[in-house]
Amino acid sequence: MDPILFFIFAAVAVICAISLIVQKHPIKSALSLIGVMGSLAILYLLLGAEFIAAAQLIVYAGAIMVLFVFVIMLLNAGEEKSPARPSWFAKLLGIPLMIALLGILSYVIQRAAPEGSLAFGEYTGGAREVGRALFTTYLLPFEITSVLILIAILGAVVLAKKEL
Amino acid sequence: METLLENPLLQKLLAPLIITIVIIAVFPLMAGYIVLVERKVLADMQVRLGPMRVGPHGLLQPIADAVKLLLKEDIIPRDADKSIFWLAPVISTFTALSGFTVLPFSHYIFVTDVNVGLLVIAALSSVGIMGVVLGGWASNSHYSLMGSLRSGAQLVSYEVALALALVCGVMMAGTLSMVEIVRRQQDQGIWFAFENYGLMLIPFMIYLIAAVAETNRAPFDLPEAESELVAGFHTEYSGFRWSLYFLAEYANIFVVSAVAVTLFWGGWMRPFPNVGFLEVPLNVGFPVLLFAGSGLACFPLARKLKDPLQAKILALVAVGLIGVGLIFLVPFVNDKIIGVFWFLFKIGLIVYVMIWLRGTFPRFRYDQLMDIGWKWLIPLGLFAIFLNAIVGMLRAG
Amino acid sequence: MNGVPLSWYLILSAILFALGAAGFMIRKNMITVFMCIELMLNAVNLSFVAFSRHFKTIDGQIFTFFVMVVAAAEAAVGLAIILTVFRNRSTLQVDDIDSLRL
Repeated sequence: MDPILFFIFAAVAVICAISLIVQKHPIKSALSLIGVMGSLAILYLLLGAEFIAAAQLIVYAGAIMVLFVFVIMLLNAGEEKSPARPSWFAKLLGIPLMIALLGILSYVIQRAAPEGSLAFGEYTGGAREVGRALFTTYLLPFEITSVLILIAILGAVVLAKKEL
Repeated sequence: METLLENPLLQKLLAPLIITIVIIAVFPLMAGYIVLVERKVLADMQVRLGPMRVGPHGLLQPIADAVKLLLKEDIIPRDADKSIFWLAPVISTFTALSGFTVLPFSHYIFVTDVNVGLLVIAALSSVGIMGVVLGGWASNSHYSLMGSLRSGAQLVSYEVALALALVCGVMMAGTLSMVEIVRRQQDQGIWFAFENYGLMLIPFMIYLIAAVAETNRAPFDLPEAESELVAGFHTEYSGFRWSLYFLAEYANIFVVSAVAVTLFWGGWMRPFPNVGFLEVPLNVGFPVLLFAGSGLACFPLARKLKDPLQAKILALVAVGLIGVGLIFLVPFVNDKIIGVFWFLFKIGLIVYVMIWLRGTFPRFRYDQLMDIGWKWLIPLGLFAIFLNAIVGMLRAG
Repeated sequence: MNGVPLSWYLILSAILFALGAAGFMIRKNMITVFMCIELMLNAVNLSFVAFSRHFKTIDGQIFTFFVMVVAAAEAAVGLAIILTVFRNRSTLQVDDIDSLRL
């Protein structure tokens, strides 16, 4: 059961990712990215990371992507113009080289990755475990991220203000 | 056949499957009747009669509406982005209906019990925003674009307040699983809304206001403000696609009310769960009185109707209601369905309050909307978390 | 075999990262380029979570959590920058934005 689910959602993720980089219109790219994030959330569930899966949907698909779509709509970004001189060299070599690189990379990963596999449900890190680690071992990074977010809010407000 | 039924995998799959099918089959009808109730209540508040033509006192109006919507011509504007125009209502409906999977209708009727049930609902509702935003954009119309920009900003703003209110409830329960949350209330013998000497009422009020805004209901209905934007994000939608949006909206209303009931109003528990002598009057007397009483009240109405066919239909409805009331007298059946009854009854109350708000308040201006969200609800939500945490810790000693 | 080996997740993560990197280089629209960065972050998150399960510790998930927080902050600031650039130059093409002065 696990490999089937993995393959389905891995395929969805890869197809959506390809769609993200070939779509001409930014809104469609954004929609494809939401597809990638959704299928990744399901893979996280498969990996037993329930809290992260939910956070992935809430933070990425819900907040960040709505922000992206909002900005695209606000700027009325249209279809991307194709470059003035399409480089035949890049087209000819780019895709085979990328496939070759991925092939070598997967071979190396296959060799180097530790053996053994876990089935679904053998290990779950839910909200309780994440929370406990977050507020004990990782308390200082956690507090620092809150400062980071505050700075980000201020930065965004200052940058987006009408008169700079 | 017997061996098939004893198969553990099948048993594990069968109950959720049946419940899912029942929900999908029944909910559209229920949404139709929620609309009828809404129209009738609003009409009553505005001293009108509301729908009266189809069926006795408009009782068959939802069916007529559904038939009309499904038979309507399905128009896609020429300049619309076809694929996204097609996809957007599907996203809305899909996410809204998926929320039902984690709702605990009673202590044994739920599709599934997830460890992070509450987060699942939050996640689905935050993805559901995309349906509204993309639908408005794909229509390629100014009204729709304005509507979807507004709804994007509004939903993102109020989600924060909503989440802060939910955190208070989760803090009381110590779990994110919807079923466990109600179990904790059962153990403590109190609805969480009245926990902490009534301080939990603050997050409940924040939740209610934010939920009204989340579901785009009046007085926060700026995304579809009909007097300014025609119909906002769904101006260009018609027929079946429009009814998908419509279904999604009412599914969202149902889900946010169900979350409020689960987290603050004790889910499937009766009122005063720790007062033993109220068991029989509330669990048996109240539903019987409610159903049979409203059934009996239908008879004088039926006699006043001039059309004999309509009078007959109303009498039939009355008999049906009395029959439902009498079912609650059978102890075995009562035991099984009383949880669902209380759950749906409390949802009905919250939906009624939402209709009431719609009938009472004028629409907010856009800047007022943002003020309420960012300057009032979010600070108040943070304050409520702080207060409830301190009081809860002091109570625990 | 009922489980999924760790290496499969890592390969998927590598593929997604490569696609993100490729998109980052070939796309011309600033917003799409930014989305490709998000895709790369997501790909890395996947391998973090996969390792987290493989070693049965929570740390990988915590790291994913931090990446998400940073991504959210980055998206807010980045989109504000895009908004400002668009306001000053009325273009989103990365090729046209090639000088540091206003």
